[in-house]
Amino acid sequence: MAVADIDRSPKLQPQNEPTALRLAGLWAGEGGLRGWLSSVDHKEYGKRYIITAFVFLALGGVEALVMRLQLAGPNKTLLTPEQYNQLFSMHGLTMIFLYAQPVLSGFSVFLFPLILGTRDMAFPRLNAFSYWIYLLSGLFIYAGFLIGYGPNDGWFNYAPYALKPYNPGPNMDFYALGMILFGVSSTAGATNFVVTFLRARAPGMSINRAPILAWGTVTASFGILFSVPAVSLAFFMLWTDRQFGTHFFDPAGRGQPLLWQHLFWIFAHPWVYVVALPAMGIVSDALPIFCRRPLVGYTVVVLASVATMVMGFGVWLHHMFATGIPFLALSFFSAASFVITVPSAVAVFAWIATIWTGRPVLSTAFLFFAGFIVMFVIGGVSGVMTAAAPSDQQLTDTYFVVAHIHYVLIGINVLAVMGGLYVWFPKMTGRLLDERLGRWNFWTVFIGFNLAFLPMHWTGLAGMPRRIYTYPQGLGWSAVNLVTTIGAFILAFGVLLLFVNIWISRRRGVVAGPDPWGGPTLEWAVSSPPPPYDFAVIPAVASRHPLWEDALQEAAGKSSLTRGMALDDGKEMLVTTALDAEPVAIQKMPDDSLAPLLTAIAATALAVAALRHAWIAAGLVTLVLLAVLFFWLWPRRALGQVAERKHV
Amino acid sequence: MSDAAPRMMALPVGSIGHKSFGWWGMMTVIMTEASLFAYLLFAYFYFLVHYGHGWIAEKPGLALAAPNTAILLLSSLFVWWAESCAARDRRGAQAVGLAIGVVLGVIFLAIQILEWREKPFTIASTSYGSSYFITTGFHMAHVVVGVLMLAAVLLWSLLGYFDSRRRAPISIAAVYWHFVDLVWLAIFFTFYLTPYIG
Ligand code: HEM
Ligand SMILES: [Cu+2]
Repeated sequence: MAVADIDRSPKLQPQNEPTALRLAGLWAGEGGLRGWLSSVDHKEYGKRYIITAFVFLALGGVEALVMRLQLAGPNKTLLTPEQYNQLFSMHGLTMIFLYAQPVLSGFSVFLFPLILGTRDMAFPRLNAFSYWIYLLSGLFIYAGFLIGYGPNDGWFNYAPYALKPYNPGPNMDFYALGMILFGVSSTAGATNFVVTFLRARAPGMSINRAPILAWGTVTASFGILFSVPAVSLAFFMLWTDRQFGTHFFDPAGRGQPLLWQHLFWIFAHPWVYVVALPAMGIVSDALPIFCRRPLVGYTVVVLASVATMVMGFGVWLHHMFATGIPFLALSFFSAASFVITVPSAVAVFAWIATIWTGRPVLSTAFLFFAGFIVMFVIGGVSGVMTAAAPSDQQLTDTYFVVAHIHYVLIGINVLAVMGGLYVWFPKMTGRLLDERLGRWNFWTVFIGFNLAFLPMHWTGLAGMPRRIYTYPQGLGWSAVNLVTTIGAFILAFGVLLLFVNIWISRRRGVVAGPDPWGGPTLEWAVSSPPPPYDFAVIPAVASRHPLWEDALQEAAGKSSLTRGMALDDGKEMLVTTALDAEPVAIQKMPDDSLAPLLTAIAATALAVAALRHAWIAAGLVTLVLLAVLFFWLWPRRALGQVAERKHV
Repeated sequence: MSDAAPRMMALPVGSIGHKSFGWWGMMTVIMTEASLFAYLLFAYFYFLVHYGHGWIAEKPGLALAAPNTAILLLSSLFVWWAESCAARDRRGAQAVGLAIGVVLGVIFLAIQILEWREKPFTIASTSYGSSYFITTGFHMAHVVVGVLMLAAVLLWSLLGYFDSRRRAPISIAAVYWHFVDLVWLAIFFTFYLTPYIG
C-alpha cells in the first residue's frame, strides 16, 4: 500500500484532557533499570516476548545452518554424530518451544487488552512472571548446551534412549527441568489469556464480536491448560527415573517406554494447534484489512478453531503408527486424523473467499498472508499423507516428515508472524516497516524456503532417514541435499532482512499515525504507540468492526469510543460477563513490582539446585519462593474501597 | 473538562467474590491441575492394562487410608463453613473454621506419611511403587499448598483484611481446598478400592 493512501485521521481519544493526564499518572511505570525490571505493562511484555523469541529463532536458525552445512554433501565430517544429535535436538526444541509459541504469546500479550478494549491483562504481574520464567527456562536449557550437555534425543526425547543407562550425562536433566519451568510459563500465560478474554472485554463486545486472534489464542490457551500437564509430568517422571530409580519408562522394573510416547504426544499433538491457532488468528484478523472487507464466515472460522483444538486431543496416536499399536487403534486414529483436516480446510476457504471477494492491496503483509495460505495447503496435503497409516509406515522417520514439519511450522507460524509484524509493528513502535525491504524480505524467505524444503519431500520418498549426521555417496541424495542447503541459506538471508528492516525502521521508519492501514478493530483507535493506559475511556462496542461501522453499515447500534467509563480512581479495569460482556465490577489493578521477577529467579534456582542434587539449597530456595509469593499476594487495603469517590 | 461520561451505573469495586478475576483464575488452575492428576491416573491404568492385577504387589490396606479420607472430607466441611461465616460477617467463626481446616490438613499429611512408611515397597521397587509414591506424593504436595493458602487467608482474616463485601481470597483458597479433596477421592478410589473390585 502506498504510504500516500494511508488514512491518518485520528479516531483518537484526546491525549491532554484532565482525565487522560490523570490516567497517565496512574498507569505509567517508573523509568530506569528498576522500572524496567518491575514493569507490569502488557505492551512492554508483548514486545519483550517477540524480541526474545526472535533471538531464539536466530539461534535455532544458526543451528539449522550448521546442520545443513554438514548435510550439503555426502561423507562430510564437520560434525561428530553426538554434535549432530545435540544440534537437531536443540534446533527442534528451540524452534517449537522457545520461538513458535512465545512469539505468538508476544502478539497476544501486546494486543489482547487493545483489541478487547481494556487496559491490561487480567493478571499483569502473572503476565510479567510468565515472561521472565520463559526467558529463564530458555537460558537454563541453553546453559546445558553451552557446557556440552545439550539434549541429544530429539525434541521428543524418546525413552529408553533418554534414560540413564544410555544417556548418563546431565543432558536430559537440563531438558527435563527446563521444560518443567517452561510449562509453568505456558500455564501462567494461558490462565491469563483465558481470564482476560472471558472477563475483561469491553462492554458490548459479546463473545461473537471478539476478534478471531483472541479466539485463536484463547482456544490455544485451553489446549495448554489441558495438555501441558501431560508433558510436565512425563519430564518429571523421566527425571525421577534418572535420578531416583523409579521405573516409569524402563522395562526392567516393569516400566513401559511407550508410556513416554503416549504422555508426550497427548501433549505434543495439541501443541501443533497451540502454535498454529493464534497464528491463524493473526491472518484471519489482518488479511481482511488488506482485502478491504470483513472476513468471510467469522462464525465458521471460530467454530473451526474450537473444533480443531477439541479434536486435537483425540489424534495423538497418529505419531505412534510405527510402534505396533493394535489394528483397531490404528484405524480409528487414522480416520480421526483425516476428519481433523476439515476445520482447517474451512479456514483456508474462508481466507480464499475473503481475498476473492475483496479488493486486495498487495502490501508486504498481504504477500506474507498469501504465502502462508499456499504453504498451509502444501503442509496440509503432506500431513494427510502421514495421517494415513499405510503411507506413514513408509514415510515415518524420513525427510518427508522433516519437509512436512517445516511446511507446517514455517508456513503457519513464521509467515503469519512476519506478516503480522508488518501490520502491528507501527502500533508497537509508532513507525512503519519499510515496504521495499519488506518485499525483498518476503520473496527471499518464500523462495529460499521452497527451495530448501520442497525437495525434502523427494529425499524422503527416496528413503533418506531423518536424524542421520551423514550419508554415503551414490544413493541419489547428494544433489538434492546441496539444493536444500542453498535454499536454507537464502531463507536465512530473508530472515536477516527482516531483522535489518526492524532495526532501521524502528528509528527512521515512516511515522505511522494511529491507523495506518484503516483497520476495523479497537487497537487502531488509540495512538501508536498506545498510551500507558491504552484507552482513556472504556469503549462500548456495538459490532465486530467498531471502526468500519460507517462504511459497512451493518451494525444496528453504534460503538462509542470517546464516551464511556473513565475509571480513574486508581488503576482500575472493568470486569464484564463472559458471554455478553455486561459490566459487573470494577477491579483494582496491581502496581509495578519486582515480585514476578524474583519468583521466576527463585523457581529457576530451584531447578538448578535439583540438577545439582543440592537439597539443602533447594529447601532454602523453596522458602524464599514461598515468602516472595506470600508478599506478592498480600491483600491491599485499597481493595477494600467501598465508597466511590465522586468526580466527573 | 473530560469528555468521559459519568459512571453509567454503580458497580461494586474491588475483588468481589465470583466476579473477581482471581476466582476465575483459580478455576483455570484447577482445570490444569485436574488434568495433571488425570494423566497420573492414566499412567496407573496404562500399567494395569499391560501387567494385569499381578502388577499390584498386594492389595493396599484401608486401616489408615479410610479414616484419613474422612478427615480430609471433614476439613472441606469446616472450610466451607468458614466461607459461609465470612459472608455473614461472623469473623470469629470464620477464623475458627479456617484454623480447623489447617489442622485437619496437617493431620492428613501426618497420617499419610505413616502410611508411606508402612509400605513394604519403595518408589524404586517396581513401576507400581513408582506410580503409587509419585501420585500420592503429588497429592501431598497439593495438600501442602492448600494448607499454606488456608493459613495465609487465616492470617489475613485475623489482620482484618476481609469482611462480607470483600472475601474473594477466602473463596479462592476454599475452592482450591475442595478440589484437593476431590482429587484425593479419585486417588483413593483408584489406588485403594479398584484392587478389591477386579
Ligand atoms: C533456516 C531455516 C531452517 C532450516 C535450514 C532447518 C533445517 C532443519 C534440519 C536440517 C533438521 C534436522 C533434520 C534431521 O536431521 O532429522 C530440522 C529439524 C527440525 N526443524 Fe528445522 N529448519 C529450519 C527452520 C525451522 C523452523 C522455523 C522450525 C519451527 C518453527 C523448525 C522446526 C524443526 C523441527 C521441530 C525439527 C525436528 C527436530 C527433531 O528431529 O527432533 N525448523 N530442521
Ligand atoms: Cu499430530
